[in-house]
Amino acid sequence: MSAVVETIEAMERPPLSMGSRLEGELLEVSMGPQHPSTHGVFRMNVALDGEIVRKLKPVFGYLHRNHEKIGENTSYLGSMPYTDRLDYFCSMTNNWAYALSVEKLAGIEVPERAEYLRVILAELTRLQNHASLLGFLLSDMGAWGTPLMYAFREREKILDLFESLAGSRMMCDYMRFGGCRVDASEEWLAGAQQIVDRFPKFLDEFEELILGNEIVIGRTQNVGKLSAELAVNAGITGPMLRACGVNYDIRKIDCYGFYPRFKFRIPLGEHGDTYDRLMMRALEMRESVEILKQAFAQIAPGPIVNPKVKVRAFRPPVGEAYGRIEGPKGELGFYLISDGAPNPYRYRVRPPSFINLTVLEDLCLGHTVADVMVILGSIDIVMGEVDR
Amino acid sequence: MIGTGILKGMAVTARNFVGSYFDKERLITVQYPEERIPLPENYRNFPFLIYDGNDSHAGLRCVACKICEKECPPQCIYIVKSQDKKPDYMGKPQFYPKVFDIDISVCMSCQICVEVCPFEAIKMDKEFELSQRERFDHLLLRKEQLSKSNEYYHKIHPVEAATVDKGLADAATAAEAKKRAAAEAAAKAAAAKAAAAAAAKAKPAADAPSPSPGSS
Repeated sequence: MSAVVETIEAMERPPLSMGSRLEGELLEVSMGPQHPSTHGVFRMNVALDGEIVRKLKPVFGYLHRNHEKIGENTSYLGSMPYTDRLDYFCSMTNNWAYALSVEKLAGIEVPERAEYLRVILAELTRLQNHASLLGFLLSDMGAWGTPLMYAFREREKILDLFESLAGSRMMCDYMRFGGCRVDASEEWLAGAQQIVDRFPKFLDEFEELILGNEIVIGRTQNVGKLSAELAVNAGITGPMLRACGVNYDIRKIDCYGFYPRFKFRIPLGEHGDTYDRLMMRALEMRESVEILKQAFAQIAPGPIVNPKVKVRAFRPPVGEAYGRIEGPKGELGFYLISDGAPNPYRYRVRPPSFINLTVLEDLCLGHTVADVMVILGSIDIVMGEVDR
Repeated sequence: MIGTGILKGMAVTARNFVGSYFDKERLITVQYPEERIPLPENYRNFPFLIYDGNDSHAGLRCVACKICEKECPPQCIYIVKSQDKKPDYMGKPQFYPKVFDIDISVCMSCQICVEVCPFEAIKMDKEFELSQRERFDHLLLRKEQLSKSNEYYHKIHPVEAATVDKGLADAATAAEAKKRAAAEAAAKAAAAKAAAAAAAKAKPAADAPSPSPGSS
């Protein structure tokens, strides 16, 4: 906390327009956990000087449900549906990260078609996550309804794809150790390709709707600036880190899955403010569309699951493994220790949105209460993942 | 010029508003209870038990092996095994569940019970309008409510059900063939044994008259 106090002391206090008796006194306000724009049950204890935030203390744990302890007490396969509930917007990428770490632990090979399906589904997840994030962010700025509904219209198409493939819109539970659960038919792939081909049209329209808008620019530019140094020190990952100009994408670094086979660029921001974070999502969606187009062209028929992996009584060898992927929100990792039993000895999740949330106070100091909502929206949190 | 961005955005909104009257792409909502979007084949909701034929007791495929109860992550299945046995679809005597309860207020529709079941006895339903007037007992589905016919399964998951039926028929044929082969082998072995016995009988008979036939 000492660093924070220094920041407050160092900050030049803008004069209060009221000039009232309240000057110099901080007003403590508890925002949340049931505030409509805190993206779930998130609570912030804010110390306000007029309308300016002087201190901010996040309070977590309202949605805590013992995810890691449950993971240590159920079988390896039994944790797979629970990972859907972590970040319930991106259950496909959660499945992938968990499957990846178990595959590392047990040394399981994944068939080629399954890897392509995983890339396709992960990039579709990224599209729908970023689209709905832009909608929510605009909604936090006061553009109620319209952008959110446009984003949800596109998201719904992708969720329909998930439903027709995995059986459920959001709780997909699709990946299995050594492959995927259901094979995608040719019609499904054709339908997905059609939706992906039309997606840039939506992006053009959405960018026309918001990105030139003077109110959006006024609300986001120079709001919530994050320096690259602080971002790296705090362990920030994902679009939020890249918005500060740090070139770090696990798809390029770890080369997991079949990402080295695709040509795509990593968009980088310059200022690290809310506008850059917003733009980062819009640009990443375009790159995801490029990856998807290449994946649809390359995917070939074949088996989708490694037949050597047992469904019942799956016991990986003694050891430990950390599998991580570039989720839509950042680095999502699962750390597993096996003692040879059917359930892991230790099961740990490295959630991107929780760690990205740790810099919230640094971003919000000196801004108004209304900006706190915008900054929180641009961090892109899902409380299911923050509290686990 | 300031304000052009807002005007551009307004134009997009207007295009969507007017377009929603003409373009199906821009108006995707349906009036739910009257209009319904057909569910995809793979849609899953809560598990149910399958029985063959018309009798939900005699045709029930479940043999109360309790694998699903053990593997269910939220542990929403409760099974009590029967004391007696009944013939299964291949005529083999098997146990059956005396009690089979699924608490669908706990179930998270993960389909793991379906994947681990070795008898194709539990499958995912597509029923989603499940509101009840009571919280506890009405959401605890008993064996009688869970048992549904194979025809119903064919109706909700046609492709999957055909695969399952083919697999079961193949398994039955294979078992039948194995049984026949075993019977043939047994008959052959018996014949060989009988021949050997006859030869053995004939041998001492050649040497000396046997005291009692069939003593070997």
